[in-house]
Parts: sequence; C-alpha cells; structure tokens
Amino acid sequence: MCGIVGIYLKSKKFEKSLGRMLSKMLVSMESRGPDSAGFAIYNSDKNKIYKYSVCLNEMSFEKFKKEIKKKVKFTTIEKNSDHVILKSIEKPNEILPILEGFSPISLVGYGKSIEIFKQVGKPSNVVKKFNLDNFSGTHAIGHTRMATESAITTDGSHPYSTGEDECLVHNGSLSNHNNLRRKLKKSGSKFSSDNDTEVAAGYISDSLKKRNLKKTLNKGLNDLDGFYTFIAGTHSGFAVLRDEIACKPAVIAETKDYVAISSEFQAMAHLPNVNNAKIFEPEPGIVYSWGK
Amino acid sequence: MILDLKKLKLRSVNEKLQNIDRKKNKRDFVISNPEGNHAICAGLTENIDVTIKGHVGYYCAGMNQNANIIVDGNVGTGVAENMMSGKVHVKGNASQSAGATAHGGTLIIDGDASSRCGISMKGIDIIVKGSVGHMSAFMAQSGSLVVCGDAGEALGDSLYETDIYVKGKVKSLGADCEEKKMSKKHKTKLKDLLKKAGSNIKPEQFKRYGSARKLYNFNIDNVSNY
Repeated sequence: MCGIVGIYLKSKKFEKSLGRMLSKMLVSMESRGPDSAGFAIYNSDKNKIYKYSVCLNEMSFEKFKKEIKKKVKFTTIEKNSDHVILKSIEKPNEILPILEGFSPISLVGYGKSIEIFKQVGKPSNVVKKFNLDNFSGTHAIGHTRMATESAITTDGSHPYSTGEDECLVHNGSLSNHNNLRRKLKKSGSKFSSDNDTEVAAGYISDSLKKRNLKKTLNKGLNDLDGFYTFIAGTHSGFAVLRDEIACKPAVIAETKDYVAISSEFQAMAHLPNVNNAKIFEPEPGIVYSWGK
Repeated sequence: MILDLKKLKLRSVNEKLQNIDRKKNKRDFVISNPEGNHAICAGLTENIDVTIKGHVGYYCAGMNQNANIIVDGNVGTGVAENMMSGKVHVKGNASQSAGATAHGGTLIIDGDASSRCGISMKGIDIIVKGSVGHMSAFMAQSGSLVVCGDAGEALGDSLYETDIYVKGKVKSLGADCEEKKMSKKHKTKLKDLLKKAGSNIKPEQFKRYGSARKLYNFNIDNVSNY
C-alpha cells in the first residue's frame, strides 16, 4: 500500500506553516503505511552552505560530535532526535567519502536546501519525534510505508535521496529493480539497501546528469517496470508520475497558493481553502511538474 | 437532519442511516464535513435521501439498495460499487472503478470518471457527463454505460452484454468490443437514460458499442487450442 504526500508552495503565504501542513497529511496516511515514515523538506537559503542529513543509528550524539570534529570542520551540527544536520561550506565531493565510510551512521540526504528525516515507527510518532510541525520551507514530500519487498529499517524508509537536493517517494513496487541496480552500479551509482525505490531514485539521479526531470521521468516510463506513483523532488520543485496501468492512486489539489498531492483526498481535507481548490487525478503515464 | 462528520463518528453515521426507523418517517439527511472519509453511506437499504456536502473517499454508497444519494463533491475509488438499486449522483469527478460490479440502480457522474469505470458491471446504468479513463466497462456483463465525453484506451475489453454509448472520441476498443448499429430501440433507451441524468443531448450524437461475442462463445474451430 504506502501513502505519499507532497506540497509545493506557489506563494510565500504558507512557508512558515509548511511543516504543520505536511505533518497532518502524513498522520492521516498512517492507515496506508504504519511501518515507517519520512519526509524531505526544502528550505533554500541562498548561500553556499551545504546541509548533510545524517541518521545516527545506534551511535550517541556526543560520540558522533567528537568523532566528526576530528575529521571535518563543520560550521554547525544540529541534533534532531536520532538525526543530525551538518552544515558546512565544504563541498559534497570532500564530505561524502567521509560520511559514507563512517560506521554505523547513515547519510540520508544532502544538498543546499534539502533536509531529510526518516525512521521506523508509526507516522504520528515519527512526525512528533522530529518536530515536523516547526519546519518551514518552500516545498516538501513525505511517505508512510507499508513494507513489502524489503525489511522495516531506516534504510528501507522513504524518501530516498541519491543526489544533491534530490529525493523520491514511491507507492507501488518495481519488478526490474535488480537488473537496473546492476546496470547503475556498473556506471558508478551507489546503493545502501535492497529496496526497489532506491534503484528508481538512483536511476533518476543518473539520468538528471544528462536531461531535466520531466524528460527523465518520461524516459522512466520505458525503463522502470512495475506499479508506481512517484513524487520526485529537486531544489526547485517536484514532479509526479503514475505508471500507465495506474493502480496506485493519487489526487492533486491546486489553489493559487499551493499544489498538494496525496494518495487519498482525506490527507488534504484539512488544507486551507481546499474545498475551493481545483482537484484532479494525475492521468496515467503523464508527467506533472511544478517548480520555479 | 444534519449529520456532521466533524462531530460524529463515521461508524455511528452509517449505522444510523442503515437502521432507519420507518415509523419516525425521517427521510432527508445531509452529511456535512465528509473530509474524504471512506465508505460513507455504504450498505444503505431504505428509500431515503442523503446529500453529502463535500469530497468523499473510497467505496461511497457501496452496496446501495433503494437510497437516493447525492455527493456534492468528488468521490474516490469504487463509488456505488456493487449497488443493487437506488440512485447515486456525483456532482464532481469520480476516481477509478466507479459503479464496479453493480447489479442495478443508476449512477450519474457530472464530471469525469477515471479508469475502469463500470468494471464488471452487472445491470447498473451509468451516465457520465464527462469522459472516462482506460479499461472502462472491462468484462461488463449487463446494463448500460453512457459517456457524454471521450473514452480512454481499451473500452469494453472482454465485454459481455453491456451496451456502451459514447458521444466523443474512443481512444481504442478493447478485445471483442465493436461498434454496433444504433437502432430505434437503442435510441429510445438512450434518450431515457440521458433524461434521467437531466441531459438533453440528442441520442443521434452517440455511437453504440457492444460485444462481438467471439470471446465468450465457444467456437468449434478453436477446439485444438484447448
């Protein structure tokens, strides 16, 4: 099953309430995905600072802080439950090799605007734990997971981020992910789980090097085999795609202030002015995108 | 009588509507703040009027018998699924599988219906004023599907004896579905159906599609294939 949600703000009006809006959406999708939850929230500071989202796993914050300071000079380290956000002017090509080899922590995402938090447990507990209500931003994507093809772990939770400021959430399952993973590994992509969605995220990141998001997803219609509704996020916005059979639901509500998407309308019922929104289902096999 | 789903539990609202006391003679209900809840008005059996003010979730008015249900908003997957009798009128759009497996009654959708509208329908009349998505009337057995807009891919795939009327374009026909002659009998029937939905479009503007009856009838020439 799984529930997916997303909000893209067209105006500044709701930037401060973005976290609260997304949090309610995630909680109402708990019935579709009670195993784990996660969210990516974009808040573009127009400076040169990179943010690295890290899950500490079983490592203590104090130990991590001590260890990481030996390796990198970060400007700040912000703790949020069992995740930390490292902020640094140092570029990903310097930092990523350090974080990737740093057991037992896991890097869940990085970029100039993205922050990712994900954990096993009920969505209502996960959003509380990370204080999602207090976040502000320009757009955000979330996921509630009912695990099918891989274990209930942090690594198996969505969103998946496999490139700078990129992320993907997925409702459905892919049938050709093993083959695709092998191909992508050969061309240099790295994967941290056996999850099918991570492969789709890797596929998108790889393709984004050559073409834009819309063209990437259109190409994905031929290369990704299975059932899916995807929301793919970048620093500037997000795109939505359903496979051509369209068994996996999605509904979009658009007002002058925001675009919201979710698996079911009930996740959006609390959004401001939603009863006057333009509400429609994304058509199968067609890429919808919003962004600046 | 107004039933506010912000104050009342969905289960208690459905129980109330499913257990109408005939002596009290209350036959008019309004449900407010549906907020996308699932299975609203499922399993009603009495001849009552219910208006739902807002958008609803999945399986709204499922298994309906006798009740007259109006949804002033959009509906999720499977509206009026397995309806036996009565009438369901959706003023907005419907998601996939509208009227699935329904045996009778009338389903009117003012907007568009998504994919698989009327899948395996068994006697219901469905009138969609907008368009329908792919695989509509898949394995449909009897009843009528009227589409005033366009139809998506594979219309009427593996069709049995449902009549399909489409005014606009049909993207493609499914296996064993073909265009049929529109006789006087069909025009009269279609006119009645359109009238039920409050539409005055002329039946002459529609094309009729039905089963070529090659798939579900055994053909002796194919005996070696089995």
